[in-house]
Amino acid sequence: MEDVNYLFQQCINGLQLGAVYALIALGYTMVYGVLRLINFAHGDIFMLGAFIAYYLISKFNIPIYLVFAITMVCTAAAGYIIEKVAYKPLRNAPRISLLITAVGVSLFLEYFLSLKFLFTANYIGFPRPFEVEVYDLSLFTITNIQLIIFAVTAVSLFFLYLLVYRTKYGKAMRAVSYDQEAAALMGINIDATISLTFIVGAALAGVGGILYSIAYPQINVFMGIMPGIKSFIAAVLGGIGIIHGAVLGGFVIGVSEVFVSGFLSSTFRDGVIFIILFLVLLLKPSGIFGKRIEKV
Amino acid sequence: MKKALRISLIFAICIFVGTYVFAKETIKIGLITPLTGDVKTYGESAKNGFNMAIEEYAKKGKYKIQPIIADDRNDPTEGANAALKLITQDRVVAVIGPVTSKVAIPVSEIANVNRILMISGTATNPKVTTSDGKRKPYVFRACYIDPFQGTIGAGFALKQIKRKTAAVLYDVGNDYSKGLAEYFKSTFTKGGGVVVAYESYQKDDVDFSGIITKVGTKKPDIIYIPDYYNKVALIAKQVREKGLKGVMVGGDGWDSPELLKTGGNAVVGGYFTNHYSPDRKDPVAEAFIKKYKAKYGVVPDTFAALKYDATMIFLKALDEAKKPNSQEIVKLLASLKNYKGVTGNMSFDRNGDAVKSVVILKVEKGGFKYMTTINP
Repeated sequence: MEDVNYLFQQCINGLQLGAVYALIALGYTMVYGVLRLINFAHGDIFMLGAFIAYYLISKFNIPIYLVFAITMVCTAAAGYIIEKVAYKPLRNAPRISLLITAVGVSLFLEYFLSLKFLFTANYIGFPRPFEVEVYDLSLFTITNIQLIIFAVTAVSLFFLYLLVYRTKYGKAMRAVSYDQEAAALMGINIDATISLTFIVGAALAGVGGILYSIAYPQINVFMGIMPGIKSFIAAVLGGIGIIHGAVLGGFVIGVSEVFVSGFLSSTFRDGVIFIILFLVLLLKPSGIFGKRIEKV
Repeated sequence: MKKALRISLIFAICIFVGTYVFAKETIKIGLITPLTGDVKTYGESAKNGFNMAIEEYAKKGKYKIQPIIADDRNDPTEGANAALKLITQDRVVAVIGPVTSKVAIPVSEIANVNRILMISGTATNPKVTTSDGKRKPYVFRACYIDPFQGTIGAGFALKQIKRKTAAVLYDVGNDYSKGLAEYFKSTFTKGGGVVVAYESYQKDDVDFSGIITKVGTKKPDIIYIPDYYNKVALIAKQVREKGLKGVMVGGDGWDSPELLKTGGNAVVGGYFTNHYSPDRKDPVAEAFIKKYKAKYGVVPDTFAALKYDATMIFLKALDEAKKPNSQEIVKLLASLKNYKGVTGNMSFDRNGDAVKSVVILKVEKGGFKYMTTINP
């Protein structure tokens, strides 16, 4: 019985981490879908979300739902601006230029924001908007933070689903990701659709940033790097460009990370994640849900 | 006309030589300290302590000191770069060394190879002053070393808190954390205790739920977390959230006002080994604390006090040395006995480590409370 409890408890721990990875992975996968670009700056948008929430809570002390709303608007705006400034001028450039630009944007955000008069390079304690409560459900314990993470993630995914599969904009998004030229010929505004994708992805990363900082209450400008890489691996694992793949990938990565530290040793946990990436690329590069598309 | 020229020339030479002889010679010294990054409060305190020592010296010292301050961001590479720049470009006479062991170790190598004196205030890992059992003759420190600190920590847990089982959580990539963990474990086991969990994590980890849940199944009475304050606060919070009840114990890395700010109630009730307590009753310490408070508005922590001591020892030796260079100063330092510092009486042992007592502090809501002093 002890062992079963332990297993459940570690599952909950993993799902908590996985939920955040899923939210970030969605941004990677959606942008890849429409632009065939790995947006390396995405992890930094996540960091930006955490910092905006930090300032909103500590300086203005506003209610938590407003924190979520304002942060999402801000990160969405940041995503939109990054796309317009850095990626749009390269729309017809070779894909490698776009990739290098993405790395540049990422480094720019990290080091520019770490300047003394901005966020600084320091570790900052994140003020939790509420006290932690632990509920004991005999089989496992769960905290209110974990419940909030699961709830917010579920709601975000639900709205994303509505947007992508139940609206015209979503249809346009899917069309662009399927075939950009054909979509343009059908009268779809490609630029607007790409912008929308960035906006939605960045907003989700913002939500992820807040949830992550509530769960692990310490932020700094480089906090986006590791979760960014792991979420990227999650997106690849699920099949890059596929929305439900990113969600599944996020949860798998989160749970395996916690399982490695819970059953093996936490020294191996990052190693195991990269082995997963390695195996996916070796055995099924298109990911779990990916279909091999032969292009002529 | 010719005479006038000659006179003015002689005058000019007199003035030139005069200023050369009577003005104080300028000595450059470097300070490497983390002013940003994950342990910035250490660096800020250390800088304040360093500056205070320099200012006091300026009033009566033999030389004019030109301090050059470099930020290492608690990154060994940054620290090594800063050391190379200070030594080869700025040509400093000595380096007042990095605060943390992981940066101090590479910097000590560079200083030693270049025959430049390095004194650290707070780097406690043995490898700072020795490598493979061999002494680095140009390196000194104003503090005790981790084998001693870890041993005292374990002894305190066994005898004063009177608990028999412990879990150790440490950062596998950090020499300081790893060293303390090892010494704690061996002493705790020798003293009749059982280390039920010995878990490592990595520097960038923020999610400890996996290992804490694992440790929780062993129900340890003591949880030893030898790391820097930021990580300790983060771990402590998750330890309490997962419902672990054990008493948390740590090392001198806990000493930062940020520990209570970030850690909140989770860290309250913990104990840590430290170098000094501001509650110390001693004329030298009281004078220092008063001046520091007047200047910076806060009570000096360990990092300020030790860096002040380290700088003062260096400046004292500098004044006494025949020539202001590292070789001469090193000779004097090696024979330093019973220097009365803010953090206690100091003598260097044959490894260049200060022989000093350990202070144990308790974390309480309002700050750190002095518990006891344990002598070597």
